[in-house]
Amino acid sequence: MDIIVCVKRVPDTSEADLAIDKGGKDIQKGGLDYDINDWDRFAIEEAVLIKEKTGGKVTVVTVGDEDAEEMLREGLARGADEAFLLWDESFEGSDGYATAHILAAFLKQRSYDLVLTGTLADDDCGGQFGGMLAAMLGVPVATLVHKIEVKNGSITVRRELEAGLSERLDIDLPAVVSVATGINEPRFVSIRAVRKVASIEIPTVDRGELGLDEADVGSAGAKVEIEKVFLPPEGEGAEIIAGSPADAAARLAEILKEKGGIA
Amino acid sequence: MTLLEPADVPLAGISAPIVAAAVLLAAIAIFSYVMLRRIQLLRAVLPDPRFSEIGRRIWLAIVYGFGQARQPRYLGAGIMHILLFAGFVILSLRSLTLIGRGFSSGFHLPLMTGSVGFAYEVLKDYVVLMVLVVCIVAMVRRAVFKPARYQHTGTSKGHGAEAYVILGMVSALMITDMIYDGSALAVGGHTSGAALFPAASLGAAFMGAASQSTLSVLHVAGYWAHILVFFTLLNYLPISKHFHVITAIPNVFFAKLNKGGIKPVRWGVDDWMELEECGVGRFEQFTWKHVLDFYSCADCGRCSDNCPAATVGRALSPRMISIKARDYVYEHYPVFSANKDPDDKPFTGNIVTEQEIWACTTCGACEQECPIFIEYIDKIVDMRRYLVEQGEMPVSLQKPLQQIKKKGNAYGATKTKRAEWTKALEGIQVKELQPGDATDTLFFVDSCGSFDPRIQEISKSFARILHRSGVEFGILGKDETDSGNEIRRLGEEGLFEQVSSKNIEAFQAREFREIVAFDPHAFNVIRNDYPVKFPVTHASQMLARFLEQGRITLKGNYLAGRLVTYHDPCYLGRHNGVYNEPRAVLGRIPGMHLREMHRSFTRSFCCSGGGPLLWYENEEEKERMGERRVKMAAEIGAQVIVTACPFCLINLEDAVKTTGNEGKIEVIDLVELVDRYLA
Ligand code: SF4
Ligand code: SF4
Repeated sequence: MDIIVCVKRVPDTSEADLAIDKGGKDIQKGGLDYDINDWDRFAIEEAVLIKEKTGGKVTVVTVGDEDAEEMLREGLARGADEAFLLWDESFEGSDGYATAHILAAFLKQRSYDLVLTGTLADDDCGGQFGGMLAAMLGVPVATLVHKIEVKNGSITVRRELEAGLSERLDIDLPAVVSVATGINEPRFVSIRAVRKVASIEIPTVDRGELGLDEADVGSAGAKVEIEKVFLPPEGEGAEIIAGSPADAAARLAEILKEKGGIA
Repeated sequence: MTLLEPADVPLAGISAPIVAAAVLLAAIAIFSYVMLRRIQLLRAVLPDPRFSEIGRRIWLAIVYGFGQARQPRYLGAGIMHILLFAGFVILSLRSLTLIGRGFSSGFHLPLMTGSVGFAYEVLKDYVVLMVLVVCIVAMVRRAVFKPARYQHTGTSKGHGAEAYVILGMVSALMITDMIYDGSALAVGGHTSGAALFPAASLGAAFMGAASQSTLSVLHVAGYWAHILVFFTLLNYLPISKHFHVITAIPNVFFAKLNKGGIKPVRWGVDDWMELEECGVGRFEQFTWKHVLDFYSCADCGRCSDNCPAATVGRALSPRMISIKARDYVYEHYPVFSANKDPDDKPFTGNIVTEQEIWACTTCGACEQECPIFIEYIDKIVDMRRYLVEQGEMPVSLQKPLQQIKKKGNAYGATKTKRAEWTKALEGIQVKELQPGDATDTLFFVDSCGSFDPRIQEISKSFARILHRSGVEFGILGKDETDSGNEIRRLGEEGLFEQVSSKNIEAFQAREFREIVAFDPHAFNVIRNDYPVKFPVTHASQMLARFLEQGRITLKGNYLAGRLVTYHDPCYLGRHNGVYNEPRAVLGRIPGMHLREMHRSFTRSFCCSGGGPLLWYENEEEKERMGERRVKMAAEIGAQVIVTACPFCLINLEDAVKTTGNEGKIEVIDLVELVDRYLA
């Protein structure tokens, strides 16, 4: 089974002090560390696990400049067989829709049985990509999938629903499946594992090769326009308690008592 | 009246010397063949340079091999073993003599005539009786008292019977000797009394009623039985767990000398990255010394008895690694049939399970305890290297390692903030050394001291002490990277190389007299693992020196009469032998009441490890190691636990809370304690 995994490189914002960019339409990304979107890690792992069972080939692909190459190489170290970087100056500013457009063009040029991706990206949490890609390709889609079973020419997937419910779907291939974290346990990638795939070439594919119009990609092709990025206004009554843990706890208890939280 | 000697009595019409020669040849042939097979495997596996520092090795063999210096750590069993070993050495001359007597009556070894010979005869007779008594006591002890450390866990093959077989054979050797000598005594062959020859006399007493012809049969039969048992025993050793009788002393001779360090991925290979496979996945990827360890394990259980992982119920018993590996050797490299193909299943992950492999904290208690210096840490690290290469790593450890890879610290913090903690110091400017700068003391703070809020307190205390001492010092700040002690021990060698080379580069770009670290893990890895050597000191050593030189003085009453105990951190004590300096510092603190825990110094009990191990979650353990340690402190009534390691501090502080000792026991780092007393 040939599987293509679409991945995204995102800034790690967990421990960083975020600040708004001068333009007011983005955060300052200069000092941030980037890594593969955590959800996509699970997608690669799932693809490799399926390949280990059924044979075939795993391809990782992303839309991004050469900085994204390291992430793709890590995908190769995880067990993918080939990787492609889709990049062109004109791709700058693509939103989910434009990105789906670029990847759809790439996918249409290749044969595949299954496209895997993470359901969400940690940065903008749009969650639209999988669905839009499937629509553009004209194939079925399932999102938030936490189990995939491969049949002959089809797959059975389980989707996570609210309140611990699960939904089972039989889907004909080819299809797009966006996975949930927790679908597997992604393997550990050692420095040596990455070194071992250092010689595999990662081709860059540009707009021309994809046969795309400038108007369909980048900010020109984006459907979403960001007006303003801002920190949520400090709400009324919000208070950050400073001081040592002991003092802070005492103050917290005081507040809770005051407001009737505890008797 | 004397009896006919064995050499003069033909057996089934064949002259005795011919029988003796046949037996001797057969026994030696079989023994040589078995040993050859065993040595063949040692030659087939990977290299390991163990011939350096011969003088030191000979010394080890004398003190710990012949001198049995580690045996008394278990007093009862140790004394019994020393007696057996001494008996073994003394009686080896007797055995040679007896072999000779198959060829000629009255055979003596050179120099063993006259009064020397007589004295030896007397000594030997006492020793025979002593060995017999020890064997009986040992059997009774095993059968009746069943010491827990002899129980096997996690394998279907029992080896308990082997101990009885060998004790039985040794007893048989003694008894046949008593029959042989006793029968001669009974017919009046010897003139001296029971006081000189207690064993022979005892034998004689048992046979006292026998007729002369019976005695002559017993004399010869006792002799041949002795010879047969002797050669059977000799050949039984290398096919049982008693191989150690032969290999133990060589094993001590070849012991690992660079304690604290970890072996390279493969000896004799320049670029391990180029290797096809790395670490130990297949059995044949162990080094010959590690296989010799497997041959040598005496199954005494002392390692596991001291292993903190085993104690708290993790799926690890170091001894079982040796036992399972030896079973594997004996099965796959049998003596009398062809080598068995290794199954598809690799050794690592199947024979030794992943759970076992990840449960180890690398505390070194097992290696410290083993009477014959069997190693575990390097083997476990080698197996981890293989697992890591397969992408196997406990989930709880993956995140911290990834963070170190991306950001140089497990806390996920930005490296530009590494010196941020210094801002909270009042009146002290800690210098962030830039490339080209020079200073006296380079304070290596490490990730924990830079980012963990609790451990930052130790960093601050230490900076205050350094400031007060008047030495010029500085830190690397943003140019510092995680020291990498645990990274290497978790088997991620590539990442270890990455972080260590960054630090080495940072060190080399600056001038300083020495590096100091309050974290023993950082101290250890810089001292023992970094490929470039730098003078490095642990904070406790520096504090002892400052006090000695009068650079700082202590005053105050922080402890206020509370009872203090000191917890030896594994990477300070066992791995680096620093036991006295922290205690010397404690001794200088006014009003100190120090009481040692039962497990202290070399027997200290690990509180579950440092670095990324702080994040490690183990599902099997029933209790945290730190909790066990706090209970040990509570047992002796300690109100303050002083340690000299930030990770011990965190683990023990947590454990104080979870064991309900909050408010009763305080945990404090030695550096913090000294800071409290700065005059
Ligand atoms: S190093 Fe410590 S934890 Fe590991 S096996 Fe030895 S005693 Fe057990
Ligand atoms: S490794 Fe050493 S301490 Fe452990 S059982 Fe074997 S001989 Fe005893």
